[in-house]
Amino acid sequence: MAEATAPSTDRADESVSAMTDAAPAPVTSRPRRGRPRGILVPLWLGYVFLYLPILVVVVMSFNESRNLFVWTGFSLRWYPELFADGAMMQGLANTLIVATGATLIATVLGTLLAYGIHHYTRGGLIRAFAIAPAILPDLLLGIGLLTFFSLLSFTLGLHSVILAHGVFATAFVTAIVLARMANLDPSLEEASRDLGMGPAKTFLRVTLPQLAPGIVAGALLAFTLSLDEFVIAFFTTAPTQPTLPIVIYSMVRFGVTPEVNALATLLLLVSIVAVISAQRLTRLTGTSR
Amino acid sequence: MTTTTPQATPAVRAQRARRGLAAAPFLAPGVLFLIVFMAIPVGLLAFYTFFKRGRFGGLVFEFTLDNWAKLAEPLYVGVILQSIGLAFIVTVLALLLGYPMAYAIAGLSPKWRTVALIAVVLPFWTNFLIRTYAWILLLNNAGFVNQWLQAIGITDEPISMLYTPQAIVVGLLYMYLPLMVLPLYASLQQLDPSLREAATNLGASPWRAFRTVTLPLSLPGALTGCIFVFVPAMSNFVIPELIGGGKTVMVGNLVRDQFYEARDWPFGATLALVLTMLLVVVIVIQAAVSRRVTEGPRRG
Repeated sequence: MAEATAPSTDRADESVSAMTDAAPAPVTSRPRRGRPRGILVPLWLGYVFLYLPILVVVVMSFNESRNLFVWTGFSLRWYPELFADGAMMQGLANTLIVATGATLIATVLGTLLAYGIHHYTRGGLIRAFAIAPAILPDLLLGIGLLTFFSLLSFTLGLHSVILAHGVFATAFVTAIVLARMANLDPSLEEASRDLGMGPAKTFLRVTLPQLAPGIVAGALLAFTLSLDEFVIAFFTTAPTQPTLPIVIYSMVRFGVTPEVNALATLLLLVSIVAVISAQRLTRLTGTSR
Repeated sequence: MTTTTPQATPAVRAQRARRGLAAAPFLAPGVLFLIVFMAIPVGLLAFYTFFKRGRFGGLVFEFTLDNWAKLAEPLYVGVILQSIGLAFIVTVLALLLGYPMAYAIAGLSPKWRTVALIAVVLPFWTNFLIRTYAWILLLNNAGFVNQWLQAIGITDEPISMLYTPQAIVVGLLYMYLPLMVLPLYASLQQLDPSLREAATNLGASPWRAFRTVTLPLSLPGALTGCIFVFVPAMSNFVIPELIGGGKTVMVGNLVRDQFYEARDWPFGATLALVLTMLLVVVIVIQAAVSRRVTEGPRRG
């Protein structure tokens, strides 16, 4: 990340470019290089737009009333009610099972793919193929898998969602591990091979430990994406085994209770913790450069 | 390393075979998995588009072009055009709102830049359906926007906002705005500030320096952002259903209905493929434009 080498400016990359241009960094353009102060106004407006809906949900999760739109007083009642809601808890359990399964598939396949693509392919064909599911419309993948499974008379359930989520999750893990791979020092692997280790041993002993932060980041992303995924799960699960997003979807369609607000608040808390720890992780291990 | 000779000597061929063998344990599992669970299912959809529907979903093995011909019916042409229109409006609004945001973030100090970026991404990591539902709380007739509007006396009667095309646009914009800000930020942040400084030092006004230096160089990021917003906005069916109340149909809704209500899988598959092809065309155009943008000035 940004090293503390920037002398006169606040941007590390700026100091680098100033050096390469061999021009003395012009300290003359002091009025922030023509950036007026009001530049932050649209940013704040953007944040209001992004956070207002979330804020409303969080506040209303502490509302006493069953009425979604009228604040009557503070209460924590919706939190215990949420945990007592069988359908909601079953959905949560299903989602966790799916996300775990899909993450396992994706982490193993994606890491292997990234290593294989980096070392053994020259054209971009296999790379494009491996990353395609991340770009393919979820709708297409969802109905494609539904069609495929029903043609094979494959019973739908959590296992089919795991396989379906494994597809796009693999693409994301591959992409992230590949990016990490590109930053590795190839001389270590060469040294290992020169010392007589086979490709499998080199992979396990030398490459894998170096890739670990990338793999963890990829796995985290795969897990989070699977937790949140609705469309593909919608088409590939059995009606009796809905994931949490599907439970929320049917609630929104057929009648919401303030439990959803409580759920939203808790999920928000989880994602804040996850995003911040992922950020710490990448900074500690220096994945991002 | 990079030379591929057309006539391979036996030694080279043997070496290639060895390489292939060494690659297999790494590439085969993933490639096989993706062939079975991505390539074949999508291929199957393409195959389905040429057959008749079964009575209860599925299909009858009788060749037909009806599914493709049906697309020309005004009803479906209208839905496709409406989807393109809505996704286009959403993309333009996201660009107008996202560009100043990304520009402001790129100008922050590194520490605040990280915080500001996390703040943009965070809503994106909260559940998609919950974010959709939040807009129902806001836009409902009894909802908070109407309560606030009435409180400050702008209106006496609640304004119907939910279940309108405008609500769909707001919902989609809300959902995908972070996807516009991120690539824009990436390209603005990489931008060499000395270029703009040179322009300013040579007497260009800040606006002119922005217009002639920053703006053209940030175009690739803008184009990527447009794709990131347009593609998912175009195929979304949840927001038109939940925030649009199902009154404004987009292609995604039509596909969903073909699979769950009309039980016409071949036509649903045709619609989904048309949608995908449209998106591929958009992506190809974007790639071509962005190549011209990035390479053009350097050659000239």
